Amino acid sequence: MKATITRGVLAVCATLALAFLPFGSGLDAQGKGTIKIATQSPLSGGQAALGEGIKLGTQLAVEKLKGPLEKLGYKVEVVPFDDQAKPDVGVANARNMIADKDIMAVIGHLNSGVAIPSSDVYKEVTLAMISPANTNPTVTDRNYPNVNRVCGRDDVQGVVGSEFAASQKAKSVYVVHDKTTYGQGVAEFFRDDAKKKGLEVLGFEGTEEKSNFDPILTPIRAKNPTLLYFGGIYDQGAPFFKQAREKGIKAKFMGPDGMDSSDLTKIAGKAVVGMYYTSAAGPASALPKAKGFVDEYKKKFGKNPEPYAAEAYDAAAIALKAIEAAAKGGKAPAREGVATEIRKVKHNGITGDIEFDGKGDRKKANYFVLEVASDNPEKWGDNKIVKQLTIAAPAAKK
Amino acid sequence: MDFQLLLAIFPQVLLDGITLGFMYALIALGYTMVYGVLEFINFAHSEIFIVGAFVGVELLLGLKAAGVLEAWAWPLVLFAVLLAGMIASGALAVTIERVAYRPLRAAPRLIPLISAIGMSFFLQDVIRLFESLWRNAFNLVYPSMDALNHRFELTETIDISMKSLVVIVAALLMLWALHVIVNRTTIGTAIRAVAEDQAAASLMGINVNRIISITFLIGGAMGGAAGVLFGVQYSLINPYTGFIPGLKAFTAAVLGGIGNIPGAMLGGIVLGLLEAFAASYMSLLTGGAFGAEYKDIFAFSVLILILIFRPKGLLGEVVRERA
Repeated sequence: MKATITRGVLAVCATLALAFLPFGSGLDAQGKGTIKIATQSPLSGGQAALGEGIKLGTQLAVEKLKGPLEKLGYKVEVVPFDDQAKPDVGVANARNMIADKDIMAVIGHLNSGVAIPSSDVYKEVTLAMISPANTNPTVTDRNYPNVNRVCGRDDVQGVVGSEFAASQKAKSVYVVHDKTTYGQGVAEFFRDDAKKKGLEVLGFEGTEEKSNFDPILTPIRAKNPTLLYFGGIYDQGAPFFKQAREKGIKAKFMGPDGMDSSDLTKIAGKAVVGMYYTSAAGPASALPKAKGFVDEYKKKFGKNPEPYAAEAYDAAAIALKAIEAAAKGGKAPAREGVATEIRKVKHNGITGDIEFDGKGDRKKANYFVLEVASDNPEKWGDNKIVKQLTIAAPAAKK
Repeated sequence: MDFQLLLAIFPQVLLDGITLGFMYALIALGYTMVYGVLEFINFAHSEIFIVGAFVGVELLLGLKAAGVLEAWAWPLVLFAVLLAGMIASGALAVTIERVAYRPLRAAPRLIPLISAIGMSFFLQDVIRLFESLWRNAFNLVYPSMDALNHRFELTETIDISMKSLVVIVAALLMLWALHVIVNRTTIGTAIRAVAEDQAAASLMGINVNRIISITFLIGGAMGGAAGVLFGVQYSLINPYTGFIPGLKAFTAAVLGGIGNIPGAMLGGIVLGLLEAFAASYMSLLTGGAFGAEYKDIFAFSVLILILIFRPKGLLGEVVRERA
């Protein structure tokens, strides 16, 4: 009798298990697997503030816009990678990414010097990369089918800077850069065009120094330029400008979009108030459609979006759209398909209308000249736009 | 080439170089004292140095948050911060010696060296972890004190900032204090005795372990003070900032003659001057062909030349003289 009961209980259990098993795994069977959107940007180190913005912008976009893909039966995930702003780390991460078949698109990087070698790896399997921030011309000039960017280019940005400098009646400029692909690149475009515009270039110098700029600044002070340009990123630019002011250099300061971070004022304080910087990615506050994005970002992450967060949001939105298009008709999206679809997407994003040309540049990108308004890092978003331009990407060079 | 310009900036470059040189000298003392006593390179000294800078910035930020940074007189604040940095770095150096070097003292030379390099990496990441958790920041900025940013204009092209003066004066005071300790006190005599012959010193009733701890304490405290001064002067620090100045200071110690205290000072100042002149003049003299980025190549080439002709450094290696 007892045995029967036991057997009966067992039978019930087995039935239940059988009944639940297909149901439990039914979710998976019904679902078609996972689609991963990877981000790659510096999440540790001196440029982590900007890198983190790229990650969080992507996260926000995926959370808000993953609905259609989920309806098709896919789970959508963001996988963040930390490239530490180092080319070798970026490439190693890229190798890991291409091995993960679920990764359909990469949003990144922050540094052109990291993006260029990493995208060579993505290209091996035509894994699509949409960059929110890489402005060096080489990124897209290689005509890779998988590389795109939603920001502008340095050959335009440098010229926007020098044009503005000339319009401000600057007579002489001194140019310093950080010797990276990005910093030296944009500094050279600035210098070359400044020369064309008749500005006197008093010096052009690279440095990897991070703390003691005294010896570089002494000759600059003696030559007394009207404008001092630093081609590089804020973690180096901020102490440079701070020490320049402390040393009594009276020149106006200017830099490229690498200066665009609240950390610039956090480090340099009063020294950079009134400084100009060009940007190939507008401040979210200046974009009429980004208001909702800024509020949501603040609510979710408890801080203001750093520059490029909005660009990352748009980049991720485009990636999702393209994956959706590639998954049409119920087939599993393939990486090549996603890369092709990205070039076809016409996206009305929070940073404006986005379409890519044949080499992956945004057809019409926005360029800004901004002026630092306050030494309070919290008020970085209030920086004044002194000039705004929409310029078409230059045609591909042979 | 603009000869006039070269001449005009000369005194300023000299001043910059001396300031940097004193900074190197203070750090170099930590390397040289430990080498003098143990014949061992303490590669974790660059992190001992930067810990001083971090303790200093934390204290300053704390004072600022409490609202007393502006209220207190700046020499008082500076003194407090220097003292805190020295105590922290000194204590850290003693602890490192106790846990990472003393157990290996009988081991072959290379073993404690590897232990020191490991300690260096370990400390870098401990600082990084701590600051990430505590302030969620990588770069820390020394709050600026207006009095320190004051500049004394000597001529139109030459001036010196209060900061640089503070660095030079503080360094000179500390070097003088060190000189007195090493040469005029019983502890100094004991340190010199241990440096010459540990076995004999212990037979004379000197507690060798204690003296070695004291050596690390003094060297570490000097490093900590240098860290605070570095932060005050250049304002931006991160957990990896210590590495390069540490390496340069080690070079300065070798240049002066490792194990030799006046040598470390001289080496620091020579290296600081070489670097400042190279960075300021290279691009002017070569018409922009070689920029400031080649300053280290220039400075180290000169260094190699000096060491070819004086392999034991400018003032000679003190430990070797005991034979």
